Parts: sequence; C-alpha cells; structure tokens
Amino acid sequence: MSEPIVQVLNLTKRFGSFTAVDGVSFEIRKGEILGLLGPNGAGKTTTIQMLLGLVTPTSGEVKMFGLPLDRHREEILGKVNFSSTYVSMPQALTVEENLWVVARLYGMDRIASRIDDVVKQMEMEEFRTKVTRKLSSGQMTRLGLAKAFLTEPQVLFLDEPTASLDPDIADKTRSLIKEIRRTAGLTVLYTSHNMREMEAMSDRIIFLQRGRIVAEGTAEAIKAVHGETDLEEVFLKLARDQSAGVSRP
Amino acid sequence: MKLHRITALLYRHMCLYKRSFPRVLEIIYWPFVDLVIWGFITLYLQQFKEALPNFVVFFLGALILWDVLFRAQQGVTISFLEEIWSRNLMNLFASPLTPGEFLAATMTLSVGKVLVVSCVTVLAAFAFYSFNVFVLGLSLIPFVLNLIIMGWCIGVLTTGLIMRYGQEVEVLAWGLVFLFQPISCVFYPMSVLPVWLQAIAQMNPAAHVFEGMRAVIATGVFPTAELVWAVGLNAVYLAALIAWFHLMFAACKEKGLLVRVGE
Repeated sequence: MSEPIVQVLNLTKRFGSFTAVDGVSFEIRKGEILGLLGPNGAGKTTTIQMLLGLVTPTSGEVKMFGLPLDRHREEILGKVNFSSTYVSMPQALTVEENLWVVARLYGMDRIASRIDDVVKQMEMEEFRTKVTRKLSSGQMTRLGLAKAFLTEPQVLFLDEPTASLDPDIADKTRSLIKEIRRTAGLTVLYTSHNMREMEAMSDRIIFLQRGRIVAEGTAEAIKAVHGETDLEEVFLKLARDQSAGVSRP
Repeated sequence: MKLHRITALLYRHMCLYKRSFPRVLEIIYWPFVDLVIWGFITLYLQQFKEALPNFVVFFLGALILWDVLFRAQQGVTISFLEEIWSRNLMNLFASPLTPGEFLAATMTLSVGKVLVVSCVTVLAAFAFYSFNVFVLGLSLIPFVLNLIIMGWCIGVLTTGLIMRYGQEVEVLAWGLVFLFQPISCVFYPMSVLPVWLQAIAQMNPAAHVFEGMRAVIATGVFPTAELVWAVGLNAVYLAALIAWFHLMFAACKEKGLLVRVGE
C-alpha cells in the first residue's frame, strides 16, 4: 500500500462554544480519492480550510508529505491546490490574467505553455481572453478548476467541484481528475452532494455528522453496513440520525 | 520572502488598474481637486504674505507632501480591500504566499501610486501657481521617504483592523489617516498646538517631517534632528505594526475570520 500523503490526527475546531470539527482523524494515500460526505454544517468545509492552513485547529495536527502543516506551510502549500464553488477570482482580470497570477504565486516555469495546456484540458479556449466578471457560473467553476490544475498539485482539495457544471463538462472534469490521478498519482479530497458522483469518484468515503466521523469505508462497504443499496439512502439515514455512532466496515 | 509571489500580486493589481478607468481616476482626482481648491485659497491669502513670508511654499508644499502620506496608506489598505471585494483572499492565503509577502506587495504598489499622484500634483502646482516643489532641494527625498513609511504604518494598522473586524470598519480605509492629520502639523507649526497635544505630536513621524519642511523653507538649513526623530519613530512603528499584523493574521486564522471576511 502507498504511503499516506495527508494525515489528519484528532483534528478539532471550536468557535467559542460551537464545535465545528470534533476529533477527526483520517489519512489519504498517494493517488487516492477520498470523498468527504455530510449534510450542511457537518464540518466538511472547516476541515478543508484547516487542511489549507486558512483556519488554525483548536487541537490536533495536519501533516502532508510527512511534514506538519503549521511548521512547513510554504513548502506544503506549494504542492497543494483547491477549488471551491464558494471562492471567486478577481473579476476585473481576464481568465488568462488570473491564471498568470496563480502561476506566478506558485513559482511556475513555462507559464504560457502550461496555461495553454490547462485551457485546452478544461475547454476554455472560447473565453480565455474574457474578463472574469462576464463568465457564466459554469465557466467560473471551470476557471476555479483550471486554477487548481494549473499548478500541477500533488494534493487537490475539491469542494463541490462540479456543482454548477453542465453534465458534459462535469463528466469531462471527473474524467480529467481520474486521468491525472492515474498518470501523476494525484491525491484528492472530494466533497459533493451528488451521491452518484461521490460513488463514481471516491475510493473511500468519510461521512461527517456534526463535526464527527460517523461512517468510513468504501461506498459498497458503507452501504452494506447500513443495509442500503443506495448511498443516498445511507446519507439520509445518517444525516437524520441525531445519535449516529461510528460505523467502520 | 519570494520575489515571484510579490510580483504576482503586483501584476494582479496592474491588470486591475489597466482595465479600470475609475480606479485610475480615483488615484489622481482627489489630489488634483485638493490642490486646485487649496491652491486658490492660498493665492487669496497671499495678500497677507508680509505677515507670513513663504506662505504659498509652506502651504502647497505641505499639501503635496500630505498626499504622499495619504496615497501610501491607501496603496496598502485599498489593495487589501480589492482582495476582499473580489473574494480572493482564500486563493491568496491557501497558496504559499506569506502575510509578509502580501504586505511587501501592497507597499510596493503604494510607492507606484505615490509616484503617479506626485507627478500629477507637482505638475499641477507648477502649471496653476508656478510653484516648484523642488525648492525644498535634496531634503525632499528623506521627507518623502519618511512620509511613505508613515503611510505604510497607517495602512498596515488599517488593514489589520479591517481583517480583524471585517467590512463594517471598511470606512477606516479612508478615515483613519485623517485622525493623524491634526497631530501631523501639516499646515501649521507644532507650536500652535496645546502643550499636551504637542507631546503627542512629538511621537508622530509626520509632524517631524512637516516641521522639517518648514525649517528648510524658512532657514535653508537641513533639519537633521527632525529627520532623525522621523526615521527613528518610523522604524519602531513599522517594525511593531508588521509584528502586530502577523499577530492579527494568526488571530483571524484562529477565529476563522480570514475565510469569512467580505461575506
């Protein structure tokens, strides 16, 4: 089995008396796609924000590439990127200019050819010179994904990456993620509310409920443990169960 | 500190200004309007020049130099606000960019803004009032540098407060600097202040710059003591405020504010 690239150890985040993430531990191995499931407010986004160093954990530790994030932030974040439907990019810049800024932030070489590649991969040729504020929501999502792929990260955090994409582009995006995973050993943490997508994409799934892991394993194993044939049924069961205990197949 | 990350931010803001005429106009509009209005008032008051020799030079010189400080502060704070307005802070701080590099970029950008504004005001002062700011001679260089650093200090303070308390205090970006104006003794000597306020003004680097400017105009002698005070105070304030900004940044990450500012 390959080595863990991401290690999350007993991660907890409290905002005053509210506990957003409560003692969460998991690992993601090189080349693995881990799905993070849970209802709104379960702690998925806070977990990702802690993994990106944007929110400081109350306790616990995040390690990537064997290094603690709090002491090796620059080194780690240079090999990591993310995409979220909730994050925008400077609206007055063109798509290409925004990608240039990102490439320079990450200290990339051969920026022009790398931008050409990612624009082609994400089928963005027709709007690469367009000002970002004039993009549709789907195009904006593609720009967010292009920004994430551009820097050739080893670890990618994708927060609902296909939420506003049409089925064709969403399917191509999923294929691209799998292709990069196959060719470059990309490690991915993936959140989505689309259960079919989650099942198709994830090697393993973690289900968060009120900041805690309440289920963990492959989609098949989680369904089997809960006696369901559909992951959506498991989701509804776990999300509505106020006293959900941990189920690990 | 990596240069490529600083130039990335400079490039981002250059693209912004390249495509936004209102933003460019905003940089030069107010200094120009200020200069025109106060310049004509100065011309009117020139009839009292026997009571106050060099009045025009005092006043227009002060006006131009105050704008240096103001624009240096704006350069830092508005650059941060631009990131809030475009909901881009997460992209920046989830990258390897450090808070120090972010500040370095905004400070560099502010120098660019100061250069543009200074060109406009210096040319306008010459065109409208035949006023040549270079009568201040070489002393102009340390004066301007100190005002830029003082502007950075207020800019870092304002940015830290906006980061910590959110867009509710956004008005500080335009207002806080004017709290320092009365004790900067821009248009009048420090001696007109009440004694207790003079003690406070003594701790303000800008007050030493403007006192020095008046000394150069009145006596032609370079005010070394004033300059030493300004440099010393600026060095202490800038170091302290950068350290404070890093503490605020850490506090914002602790409270989860960095990802919520602008929402």
